[in-house]
Amino acid sequence: MQEELFTSGRNIPNIDPSLEVWHWPIAVYLFLGGLSAGLLLFAAIITILGKEKEYPTTVKYASIITPIALSLGLLALVYDLTHPLYTWQLYTTIRLESPMSWGAWVLLVTTPLSYLWVFSYFSEIFPKRNLKFNVLKNFEKWLQKHRKNMAYILVPLSIILGVYTGILLSAFNARPLWNNAILGPLFLISGLSTGAATIILLSKTAKEKHLFSKIDLALIIIELGLIVHMIMGMYAGSQVQLDAMNLFIGGEFTLMFFGFVIILGLIVPGILELLEIKGYKIPVAIPAILILIGGLIFRFVMVEAGQLTRYLY
Amino acid sequence: MRYAMVIDTLKCVGCSDCVVACQTENDVPIGYCRDWITETVSGTYPNIVLELKSERCNHCDNAPCVRCCPTGASHIVDGGIVLVTHNECIGCGACIESCPYDARYQHPEGYVDKCTFCHHRLEKGQLPACVSVCPTKCMYFGDLDNPNSEVSKLLKNRKWKTLAPEAGTKPNVYYLI
Ligand code: SF4
Ligand code: SF4
Repeated sequence: MQEELFTSGRNIPNIDPSLEVWHWPIAVYLFLGGLSAGLLLFAAIITILGKEKEYPTTVKYASIITPIALSLGLLALVYDLTHPLYTWQLYTTIRLESPMSWGAWVLLVTTPLSYLWVFSYFSEIFPKRNLKFNVLKNFEKWLQKHRKNMAYILVPLSIILGVYTGILLSAFNARPLWNNAILGPLFLISGLSTGAATIILLSKTAKEKHLFSKIDLALIIIELGLIVHMIMGMYAGSQVQLDAMNLFIGGEFTLMFFGFVIILGLIVPGILELLEIKGYKIPVAIPAILILIGGLIFRFVMVEAGQLTRYLY
Repeated sequence: MRYAMVIDTLKCVGCSDCVVACQTENDVPIGYCRDWITETVSGTYPNIVLELKSERCNHCDNAPCVRCCPTGASHIVDGGIVLVTHNECIGCGACIESCPYDARYQHPEGYVDKCTFCHHRLEKGQLPACVSVCPTKCMYFGDLDNPNSEVSKLLKNRKWKTLAPEAGTKPNVYYLI
């Protein structure tokens, strides 16, 4: 016996048929947040290990990107608010139950720290420029002395920042695609991988490129594992989760997800990096760029597809 | 005090009077609404059932929209009514994403808006606008904590359901079936 079920009536031009309150700025923001988390974490760890001299791009040059990326990310976020003049209301309360609230607070601490970090390297990054005022010179010296302390603070902060970009989505149980616990670690690993790719892209020494190719390869393998875990978890889920997965498998996001995110964004760069580590001559810029593009598309796909999924009742 | 709305799906004729009353009462901009009618046809021919119902924010006991709100603009007041303070709302959309019933909309002025159970009318001792205009009297409103209220009695004596109970939101709009 076949049951016919047909519901109509929810046809409200400015609300339905599909929910779309989060647009491209949110995807860009999640990408930049994850990238910054990766760059900050690597810079902090290298500093704590005392290997600044060996990996100059990681601690110095790549970290110029973090304050820029975080600031752009924040701008994108505010741009997507419909009541941006009230943004300060984020900082009148701390609401632990709201991931968006603690994300806002983590950004409030991390962004200035990332500026201070770069400032501590000012003289080394711009050797020809002179800091005009003595106050600034002394401040730079003081920061240099406290770099390790900053690094210790940055390790937990950058991990929270990276995980938060995923938890932000996974906290919404009304959107079946997002509502799974894998999203936090998945976004963290993906963010770290884009951070490593950026370092590979900017680095001038073979040693640094080599180390980060290895790190990136490990991250890619973990990320693929987490994606498989996510898909299997969804398939073991309820009807709404099955419907969500069907957007990726045989649905309108199949090409984007499998073609661009998984194959071009993870598997191909992973193989190229493996070949490079094995000693083949591969221009490492290619896998690095593929990973960055794949990471960005991944966030677009998750944000857009997630909003198409909903409860049926 | 725990406010609840009870809607008799067997009496609803889908006239949309509640929708229009709400739009007028609450100055809802054109193209938006705080309540709406759904028609569900189910069964196998020739045994087909048509169910009409008026839907809105369920003023959930375990409201994800309130939990996700980063500023505290979405909050619960006495009687379990979920409200949005307009000048605390930054329009981040977190509450819209978190509502399984898609009951919220972004007002053109920026803040997020939705059904308030006509909180301003309740304060004056009146019923919500939708309840008061329903021509078939299929909607009931009252206090669930009071065992003698009409809503409590209806829920005791009739079969009922709530929407998407599996979402865990503990809705306070009940449908008699
Ligand atoms: S129905 Fe939606 S908007 Fe209303 S209280 Fe429940 S979750 Fe919040
Ligand atoms: S849109 Fe407004 S009410 Fe909704 S979660 Fe954001 S600040 Fe709170």
